[in-house]
Amino acid sequence: MDQFTINLLFVGASFALYIGIAIWARAGSTSEFYAAGRGVHPVTNGMATAADWMSAASFISMAGLIAFTGYDNSTFLMGWTGGYVLLALLLAPYLRKFGKFTVSEFIGDRFYSPTARVVAVICLIVASTTYVIGQMTGVGVAFGRFLEVSNTAGLLIGACVVFAYAVFGGMKGVTYTQVAQYCVLIMAYTIPAIFISLQLTGNPVPALGLFGDHAASGTPLLQKLDQIVVELGFNEYTAHHADTFNMVLFTLSLMIGTAGLPHVIMRFFTVPRVADARWSAGWTLVFIALLYLTAPAVGAMARLNISEMMWPNGTNAEPVSVEMIESDERYNWMSTWEKTGLLGWEDKNGDGRIAYFNDKNPESVAAAEAAGWGSENELTKFNRDILVLANPEIANLPGWVIGLVAAGGLAAALSTAAGLLLAISSAVSHDLMKGQLTPNISEKGELLSARIAMAVAIAVATYLGLNPPGFAAQTVALAFGLAAASIFPALMMGIFTKVNNKGAVAGMLAGLLVTLLYIFLHKGWFFIPDTNSFTDADPLLGTVKSTSFGAIGAVINFAVAFTVSKMTAAIPKEIEELVESVRIPRGAGAAQDH
Amino acid sequence: MADQTSQTAQAAEKSDAGYWAANVRIILVSLAIWALVSFGFGILLRPMLSGIEVGGTDLGFWFAQQGSILVFLGLIFFYAWRMNKLDKEFGVEE
Repeated sequence: MDQFTINLLFVGASFALYIGIAIWARAGSTSEFYAAGRGVHPVTNGMATAADWMSAASFISMAGLIAFTGYDNSTFLMGWTGGYVLLALLLAPYLRKFGKFTVSEFIGDRFYSPTARVVAVICLIVASTTYVIGQMTGVGVAFGRFLEVSNTAGLLIGACVVFAYAVFGGMKGVTYTQVAQYCVLIMAYTIPAIFISLQLTGNPVPALGLFGDHAASGTPLLQKLDQIVVELGFNEYTAHHADTFNMVLFTLSLMIGTAGLPHVIMRFFTVPRVADARWSAGWTLVFIALLYLTAPAVGAMARLNISEMMWPNGTNAEPVSVEMIESDERYNWMSTWEKTGLLGWEDKNGDGRIAYFNDKNPESVAAAEAAGWGSENELTKFNRDILVLANPEIANLPGWVIGLVAAGGLAAALSTAAGLLLAISSAVSHDLMKGQLTPNISEKGELLSARIAMAVAIAVATYLGLNPPGFAAQTVALAFGLAAASIFPALMMGIFTKVNNKGAVAGMLAGLLVTLLYIFLHKGWFFIPDTNSFTDADPLLGTVKSTSFGAIGAVINFAVAFTVSKMTAAIPKEIEELVESVRIPRGAGAAQDH
Repeated sequence: MADQTSQTAQAAEKSDAGYWAANVRIILVSLAIWALVSFGFGILLRPMLSGIEVGGTDLGFWFAQQGSILVFLGLIFFYAWRMNKLDKEFGVEE
């Protein structure tokens, strides 16, 4: 059976599983859609939340970014897990006590202002749409490879599938579908990692293998990797090269953003008790950590495998020949990935060999010229987002593992994209149309506006996904920055301080707009290519990249909110009582319906 | 009778304030550890830990890629356990 058929089988079977579970679990009433987490054990809820949260950025993109940069991109690992500490300590229990269903409802009630609610909805839509662009990038890569078409065709097919998937939206709310998605996703991520870890280190636990010895050479794996990448003229893998200030800001932005993303926070509104909200955050992180502890191992081991493949006889011998790439079946992955347009090589000096080295480093260029491999790197293109999906092929693993990874990548990208589209459409139809603009809208009208919002969001995301502002994880990082600068400070001030309505509105607007401006200045207006005035290589403010600006945006939000609040009237008595009551678990009845 | 009610109400308010102060203290200690292992050991203090070797590299690298995640997990479960105990101590559990 050829690989294409195997992939099709695995992807088809996983989809059949999700749909089957959705039909089986939908026997109950429609109100279960909203209260998906109620009455569900914190462990199950944690697993479902982990599936909801881990997207194309975590699954497809992150390990690739770590692999090609090394230590400096540890920021993704710390940032996307550290946010759960903030969520568990600063938000989840109190929002559960508040007992409504959406983030904008909390902001609207706590700041006793319809304006605050609308501003929160706008923040939510901006952050979620940016997030969907990142998912579409990942969907394009996954479909491109799995259907063996170009990245663009993959993206367009993927967009149709995501749309159909999101329209059958109820599926999303069913906790058990997400549990199944989590299982598929985590198996798809860890099984190839276990195989590769066994091959390279003999240790079946990838997270331990990373710090173990490289079986073939007997030296520690990371030392071996450092040695090879330095010989090829790249930065030492384990060393610190990036700007420290930017690293700290970036990590902080991801952390605050994690705690400010509405589709994650919502999960904690509906657990049975306040105590469960605390445990649920912990269990969610347990299931996320299973992937996140494996990811750095996947990255490092893939980098080692790729380097060794390009230099099959060591870096002092000859580079791999074109003939070998075309005929040796261990190199088949290169031809299949070339079709997506995301991998490329070219024998520039016509010596019949593909020399892979850092041609920005004068020393390694001199060494390559002296050895006769030419002065240019001939592995011309290696898109970071293909690494995880190509990894089992690179390591020459059996066909079923490759099929499983295709299913896992699609599960990660589709579930999150569909979830975000649902969040956007319900924000538009429920919070914006029914809540503010047209309170008398019919149920049919509400449903129609939800569908239109979804279609618009996916069209925008697909168009921008064709020319994404970065690799999937980088685009998603921008969404986290926007959430960090707008939603998180408002929620935290709502619980821990007595900031008033005007302060909150001014703070959210200031945080969102300044961050958006900084991102647009660097990534192009509305992410349209070539409309940017600065680049992240040479940013406007010192070393602060646009992906790291969210933390500064959050500080601006806090500062503006406190200042405006000090200058305007104090909060009314009943709101003071509301703040007191969310702080104490006592009397937290069940979450109320709308 | 009315006096008694307002006294109980006052006592409850006082205990609520004590509960909140205790909660904020636990949060501050936890967040200090949260920042120490990630921004501290993982990034800023890494040079200080460079002497401690872990599997071919140093302790700071381990904290940045795995250690901080494990500490985050410990912190969340500690907080849940500690707060559920505190709820009972102050009689504010559901």
